[in-house]
Amino acid sequence: MAKSLGPVKRKFSPWTDPAAVPFIRFENITKRFGDFTAVDNLTLDIYEREFFSLLGPSGCGKTTLMRMLAGFEEPTEGRILLQGKDISGVPPYRRPTNMMFQSYALFPHMTVEKNIAFGLQQDNLPKGEIAARVEEMLKLVKLESFAKRKPNQLSGGQRQRVALARSLAKRPKVLLLDEPLGALDKKLREETQFELMDIQTNLGLTFFIVTHDQEEAMTVSDRIAVMDKGVIVQVATPAEIYEAPNSRYVADFIGDINILEGTVVATENTPGVVRLDSSGVAVAVEQECQVVKGDQVAFAIRPEKVRMSLDAPAETSVNAVYGEVWDIGYLGDFSVFLVKLADDRIVRAAQANVSRLVDRPVTFGDMVWLTWPRDAGIVLTR
Amino acid sequence: MAETSATTTHASPARWLVVAVPYLWLLLFFAAPFFIILKISLSDTAIAMPPYTPVFQGFGAIRDFFSNLDMENYLFLTEDPLYVQSYLSSLRIALISTLLLLLIGYPIALAMARAPTTIRPLLVMLVILPFWTSFLIRVYAWIGILKPDGLLTLLLQTVGFLGPNDQVQIFRTDIAVFIGIVYSYLPFMVLPLYSALEKMDNTLLEAANDLGCPPLKAFWKITFPLSLPGVIAGSMICFIPITGEFVIPDLLGGADTLMIGKTLWTEFFGNRDWPLASAVAVLLLLALVVPIVIFQNQQKKVV
Repeated sequence: MAKSLGPVKRKFSPWTDPAAVPFIRFENITKRFGDFTAVDNLTLDIYEREFFSLLGPSGCGKTTLMRMLAGFEEPTEGRILLQGKDISGVPPYRRPTNMMFQSYALFPHMTVEKNIAFGLQQDNLPKGEIAARVEEMLKLVKLESFAKRKPNQLSGGQRQRVALARSLAKRPKVLLLDEPLGALDKKLREETQFELMDIQTNLGLTFFIVTHDQEEAMTVSDRIAVMDKGVIVQVATPAEIYEAPNSRYVADFIGDINILEGTVVATENTPGVVRLDSSGVAVAVEQECQVVKGDQVAFAIRPEKVRMSLDAPAETSVNAVYGEVWDIGYLGDFSVFLVKLADDRIVRAAQANVSRLVDRPVTFGDMVWLTWPRDAGIVLTR
Repeated sequence: MAETSATTTHASPARWLVVAVPYLWLLLFFAAPFFIILKISLSDTAIAMPPYTPVFQGFGAIRDFFSNLDMENYLFLTEDPLYVQSYLSSLRIALISTLLLLLIGYPIALAMARAPTTIRPLLVMLVILPFWTSFLIRVYAWIGILKPDGLLTLLLQTVGFLGPNDQVQIFRTDIAVFIGIVYSYLPFMVLPLYSALEKMDNTLLEAANDLGCPPLKAFWKITFPLSLPGVIAGSMICFIPITGEFVIPDLLGGADTLMIGKTLWTEFFGNRDWPLASAVAVLLLLALVVPIVIFQNQQKKVV
């Protein structure tokens, strides 16, 4: 990468340290269900105290991978190491992992208190200690006054908290969260995301979260692994995943992006600069990419990095396209302009609505110039 | 205002009818017969046709009617130990049978609930399949199996469990009664258990496992408590009719198999003492009120 995209959340990056020992290691894991390969020769390292997200569409194998870590499924091939020890064949009830289920899986016949105490009772801890730990957990998730309620007397958000408290009560080495916030509404989800991050940092635990919600993954994670059809496409920090996706798949999966397919016509002399033609559109990027003339590549650029103006820019030969405003999506904070180029391709440009609606210089049917700096876009070969 | 009240009054007769029909049904076919039985149980035996004093002899005789009623039959029931023993024996047989049914039915229901979704309807069908043959015929069939020179003896002799001259001596004993009862009532136990277990979310067991609870313990901590409505429903559906069971002890049981249904039958048809038989029937009903109330409460909770 031309530019380093440092950690956004906090100074924590053991994966860059070659001496660091991974806390969990998936080693050449393959899982087949009959003819179907859910996970295909996957290798992945997760470090202690990391908030790690596994992101992908449904059916990509991410839940299977988590279930193998929890012990509900055994890998067909490969092994899983936890702190260097192979945990294959260890039943789920002897693994130092705890899971928060997507459906929460709260025991309907037990009160909140008893749900949280359940795991502790299995360890035969003294009664006083269990009570103290339950108290502590209830306080952590702010449900002290709901201790005697049954799960069906709680709201969705409260149930989610009970599930979290129950999975945290045993102080697992690794907490597995399967789509933890899926059932919550947007506001509550955002709130809970920040709470999750606080809890993870304060308790110093390793969180392994499975989600299909890219926003959720971006917000909470130290690193994200994007999965597709049983393989990991990219593992990187949220910023890297967003700004430097390694493939069309990742670029398209995370956030909104314009992808223009094209053929490389020339690579310039200046190091790290490539010039390519995508049927009349010439782009230049500031990126060290291994392309040669004639390669089929894609140029990807995020809508918010595209500038739009009615006047022609100084340089129109490169990183500039001209088209008609085809549609405008007003999102409140942003407006997305769909600009139709001469070859009928649509390029989206997001413009922050810094002033109020009254004066909108660009409207439907206007001919506009879209431009972007050299470091805004990225050439994808995969 | 007037219009709305007009429409409601217009609609109400039909609505009342809908509500009234089941009550009318109960009044005609449950309450009325019950009160007739109750009345008979309070009157005296008469050698007549029918063999009891007339039920009602006009309004003038109401005082006579009440003065003729007495608790004599009920007192007699307490004096002769046969009746108390019949009641206790019935309850004992019903209790043991229900426990056996639970022990046998629960694993069947659990296996059905854990079976792949595609074959579950088939399994349910197999459980109710015996109903396609008459209950009476199926009990008779057991005679053929259990009698000393029956199929069971033949089978055990063939595999060498029994010598060629030995025979299985369980026909006309309590054991045969238990076999008959458990066989006949098994679907009534399995189906409510299955419906309770089938609703259960399997991730609950995974959650229990995940929290350090081994599978067998998880069964007692999670599966069993959650299936309790099914356990209670199944037990009551079996216990109540087994207590009053007549056909099975009569066909498979021995002379010493005491069950209240049999005693009742003997009083009615053998001794032709209808008032006493009625008193037995009334007490049987009262004895079953407790389990019926438990069952009703459980049903309410489930709904």
